[in-house]
Amino acid sequence: MSLLAYIVRRLLLMVLVLIGVSLLVFTMMMLLPPGQRVAIYVTNDRVSPAMMDALIAKYGLNDPAPLQYFRWLRNLLHGEFGYSITASSPVLKGFARFLPVTLELVLYAAPLIILTGIFLGTLGAVRKDTAMDHVTRVLAIVGFSLPTFWLGLLLMMIFYGFLGIFPPGALSTDVRNIVFSDPTWHPYTHLVTIDAILNWRWQVFWDAFYRMILPTLNLVVINSALIMRLMRSSMLEALGQDYMMTARAKGADRKTLFRRHARRNAMLPVITISGITFAELMGSMVITETIFDRKGIGWWMAQAALQLDVAAIMFDVLFLGTIYVVVNLVVDLIYAYVDPRVRLS
Amino acid sequence: MKTMHPRLRELAFTLRRFLKNPLSVIGLSLVVIFGLIALLAPVLEPPKYADPYKIPHTGFHIEPSPPSAAHPLGTMQQQYDMLYGLVWGTRSAFRIGVLVVAANLFIGIILGVLAGYFGGLVDEVIMRITDIFFAIPFLVMAMALVVAIGRGLKAVVVVLIILGWPSYTRVLRSDILVTRGKDFILAARASGASHLRIMFTHIVPNALYSVLILASLNIGTTILTAAALSFLGLGSETGTADWGQIISLCRSWIVGTPGNRFAYWYTVFIPGFVISLFVLGWNLMGDAVRDVFDPRMRRR
Repeated sequence: MSLLAYIVRRLLLMVLVLIGVSLLVFTMMMLLPPGQRVAIYVTNDRVSPAMMDALIAKYGLNDPAPLQYFRWLRNLLHGEFGYSITASSPVLKGFARFLPVTLELVLYAAPLIILTGIFLGTLGAVRKDTAMDHVTRVLAIVGFSLPTFWLGLLLMMIFYGFLGIFPPGALSTDVRNIVFSDPTWHPYTHLVTIDAILNWRWQVFWDAFYRMILPTLNLVVINSALIMRLMRSSMLEALGQDYMMTARAKGADRKTLFRRHARRNAMLPVITISGITFAELMGSMVITETIFDRKGIGWWMAQAALQLDVAAIMFDVLFLGTIYVVVNLVVDLIYAYVDPRVRLS
Repeated sequence: MKTMHPRLRELAFTLRRFLKNPLSVIGLSLVVIFGLIALLAPVLEPPKYADPYKIPHTGFHIEPSPPSAAHPLGTMQQQYDMLYGLVWGTRSAFRIGVLVVAANLFIGIILGVLAGYFGGLVDEVIMRITDIFFAIPFLVMAMALVVAIGRGLKAVVVVLIILGWPSYTRVLRSDILVTRGKDFILAARASGASHLRIMFTHIVPNALYSVLILASLNIGTTILTAAALSFLGLGSETGTADWGQIISLCRSWIVGTPGNRFAYWYTVFIPGFVISLFVLGWNLMGDAVRDVFDPRMRRR
């Protein structure tokens, strides 16, 4: 199969999965009574109980399901996602407000998760059956077993409760005033640390950065375990390959052997699971943002689930599903480009 | 018993391998200890109400109290007894974990067999459905579904059953694809065995180990997800003996009093520690079983 044919096939598959995701979300919506589904169609919260029946009739919420599905799909394509009571605004507006907070944490946590996983996994494989190997394996399995919310609470108890450092919240009150009401502050990207550098306001940068340390640590401990384990086993497999013996026979030193020959090949499976890593990261984001009081997408989801904010929840599920599918497509295409065996099979 | 049946001999060998690994012994012991606690819950902590999963509390005072003679592990917020909650929580963790994973296995195996054995359109449809399930973060989808069908511990169990099967289906399917072309299957088919017979007497037993290992690892994950949902306030009601619920009761107590900053450490530390040990036990065991059963690893 040529690369082009592969891309076309993958794109078609992506559309199929996206339709599936939308059907899944729609099915979940249909489990709710029509009165609750109204939130997904309205654009404001001025809905009195008396108007409910009229609205249900207006949006056809008692119509046959297929009809409702296509109507809902059309709304989605027009960017109409309903009104979120937890964001006190239409869903998209709320989303635009919450996304940067999450994105910023991902920006710091994701590279650290990947690097930690690859580094410790490689270390374990290269020093197989030594103390270092055992320590990293135990670390990985403990990372798998710790509840995200407990680790978060413990970190808060030790650092904030006992030592009095790393307070919760995304920004201190002073800095929040700067970011939200100082006319000289330019929110270029809405990612506070990056804007702080662009605005040359180091006090703001430090404040935002400082409060990101604990949540990042929490995410790294929990989420790097999977990569660590995969990297270890795939590195072990790479080390056992014939080309390693060839390289060794040709007199390559250990550094070249591990870095150029083994690790490069061992990293391929790690790339393929980056979609799963991303999904797991978003899952722990719900808990992490709730515990560290950072008002991002995860915090929003937790609030929405508690307050039956159906419009917000369904939108977030759709959003995360879409992101996952797109990330996976990009990863697979890169993979197919790098490794011809994938597209030829 | 001079000549053991080869299957028994294999089992004995496997067991010896398993018991030689300290990590797997720790895992097994943890699971056994928790199992005993769950079994003996009525003896260890006799229930005070008709519903044993309701934690007794002495008074409504909001501040947790430290371990004492009457409450060996202290009390939580509103004076719920911690030890009682954890002991009966162990029982509910087993109930949830075993029920959910058994149901997942059942659905997952049937769909995995259908997909792997028949291939073609059946396979394509089932696999695309698992793709859809994998596209959404597990916790997020569980949250959304709990909201859709209504909160509570029962809802959490139903949701975990609905959402948990795809990983088994995938693993079983890929195992079956490997087994399907093997000579003994062709032989069975040539000798006129029916589809059903081939599937359940020849294919499934050969592919079962990887699924069972996954199940052991998934009991831990299932409990973690259930606890996370309870922590977020979507699971059991306040005062239920359920680990996630117990942790959500302690979350306001991470900051101590001015004189004693670790004043409430027990209420935060103990329940999470217990959940971690439980999950760790299942994970260590699943891991060890994988190493032991993996033919590439076992004879080394």
